[in-house]
Amino acid sequence: MNRIAQTFKKCADEKRKALVIFVSAGNPDLATTEKLIVQAAEAGADIVELGVPFSDPMADGPVIQEASMRALQSGTTLVDIIAMSARIRKVSAIPMVLFSYYNVILSYGVEKAAADCQAAGIDAWLTVDVPFEESAEIVPHLSKHGLFLIPLVAPTTPEARARQIVKNAQGFVYYITVAGVTGARKQLSVNLEERLNELRKFSPVPVVAGFGISSPEMAAKTAACADGIVVGSALVKIMNEATSPASGISKSLELIRGLAAALKK
Amino acid sequence: MTQKGHYGIYGGQYVAETLMPALTELEAAYIKCKNDPAFQKEFNEYLIDYVGRASPLYHAKRLSDRCGGAAIYLKREDLNHTGAHKVNNTLGQALLAKFMGKKRLIAETGAGMHGVATATVAALFGFECEVFMGSEDIRRQAPNVQRMLTLGAKVTPVDSGSATLKDAMNEALRNWISTVENTFYVIGTVAGPHPYPEMVRDFQSVIGKEAREQILEKTGRLPDEVIACVGGGSNAMGIFAGFIEDKAVKLIGVEAGGQGIDTAYHAASINAGRVGVLHGSKSYLLQDKHGQVNQTHSVSAGLDYPGVGPEHSYLNDIGRAEYTVINDKEAIEAFDLLSRLEGIIPALESSHAIAEAMRRAPSMSKDKIIIVNLSGRGDKDMQSVLEFKQQMAAEVK
Repeated sequence: MNRIAQTFKKCADEKRKALVIFVSAGNPDLATTEKLIVQAAEAGADIVELGVPFSDPMADGPVIQEASMRALQSGTTLVDIIAMSARIRKVSAIPMVLFSYYNVILSYGVEKAAADCQAAGIDAWLTVDVPFEESAEIVPHLSKHGLFLIPLVAPTTPEARARQIVKNAQGFVYYITVAGVTGARKQLSVNLEERLNELRKFSPVPVVAGFGISSPEMAAKTAACADGIVVGSALVKIMNEATSPASGISKSLELIRGLAAALKK
Repeated sequence: MTQKGHYGIYGGQYVAETLMPALTELEAAYIKCKNDPAFQKEFNEYLIDYVGRASPLYHAKRLSDRCGGAAIYLKREDLNHTGAHKVNNTLGQALLAKFMGKKRLIAETGAGMHGVATATVAALFGFECEVFMGSEDIRRQAPNVQRMLTLGAKVTPVDSGSATLKDAMNEALRNWISTVENTFYVIGTVAGPHPYPEMVRDFQSVIGKEAREQILEKTGRLPDEVIACVGGGSNAMGIFAGFIEDKAVKLIGVEAGGQGIDTAYHAASINAGRVGVLHGSKSYLLQDKHGQVNQTHSVSAGLDYPGVGPEHSYLNDIGRAEYTVINDKEAIEAFDLLSRLEGIIPALESSHAIAEAMRRAPSMSKDKIIIVNLSGRGDKDMQSVLEFKQQMAAEVK
């Protein structure tokens, strides 16, 4: 069984929902990101999405835009992120999802990126701007190297299309809870439960929900109708605003512990 | 087009899933309207009565004489209502938005011409309108900002990145992701995800269609060369569309060379970029070795963009069109020369195409014909030209 499936099975056995965290790799530098991920795994994060910084993050709100800029300013590259992943894999079994805009991967070379990610122990990719229609240029390379492509389903996705998208899904399906860019929100969208229930009925793999979840309360509420939740911007914001990398890590861990506890209930 | 939405390896729909249903809806509506005689009739009536088409094809005799070779004809898109070719497209997209029942138009703009053209049609049809514009462009294209505000549009400054066209497009896409239910995104060029490159080309193809008829009527033959500037490339695709099947007609796109393509300060995507994905399509892209998009430079805000429409990349690769480079200084010289010789002040964008014609015409015989797409007028550029000249003067000292 692959690491992602094992993780969801473990969560199910422990009667809790999975906590997926998004980290902006290289914000403020990769040494900090590496420490954060290793400690986050110990603090209760089940899966980590490694956000690859891009100069033009079109689907992201101000928080992740700022983090991407900081990461680029510190010289973060995909080569370095893959190398960091290999180091993390030596000490942690946490599933890692490379979360990237396509151009960075295209520039690196899709085949080479897939091969190098596999060697580093990365489990899957999530390419924000490669929808189902264009995924054929990625999937064969991923399959060859035993990696999954995590599909996204949005509130605007009609049911028939959602069925098509998740039909051959592997790993998990990411449901975007709000039609908008990434960023913490005060409340959840209205028909969330309905959409998640529908999606879980026909998805062959677990469904996690993300975008806008900022507190343990919102996490618990969303998790009630999903197999897991994703927290991104709320964690990234902590790193953006931290007075030092060390305090950023400790404040992030505090939120992660709170979220993990909320998902056990 | 080789397969739906693709031009060879270029084009496609590289956007977030949230936008995919909107693109599917847009494509279906566009196909319907494209084949609907009533839609085409309404579009044509507005082009005639509101835009003032057909735009003239003018034989620039004094410019031709100065160059001493080929006869240079100017396709006068600068004489359109709002002063550029942009309105052909915004009119088409606004009619489509009306057909789709959308209430709000958004747009990105660089030089401000597309923003003005969108604000114009928003006023005409009663849409709410918001235009995203880089704060650097707001500064250098102030008159156009005033025009948009006068037309009732909201102009939202964008400070991220280089605060120019690329960043305005990022912000417009972000806004669209959040407002997609009631909002129509009016993209101003032949870039972006399918169906935009095709749709914008079709709305702009009136330029080439008219130019072909006009040159046949005036001279009894087709031109030898057709020249247009290329930022995203909508005016170029518009005029190329009329001649693409006429294999003997050379098609020449002119990219912004800025301070030279051997420097970091230019916007020549095809000449100096490599294949990448930005703003929804695959095309030539100015990027660093890690796939991060480069900041670009051109004296002309409308060409200051790191990407280019996917069909241009395709036409380049198959050799149907040739893409050259004109730098800032050459464009300014052409701007001055056309103003003094013909009494026509061209947009700095179009000045790149004029400069290319001036470079080619002297070595061509007098019986040869060049058509230049004079895509817009230069009133908006007074500040930029003044600043450029002051800078040049300071460097000489």
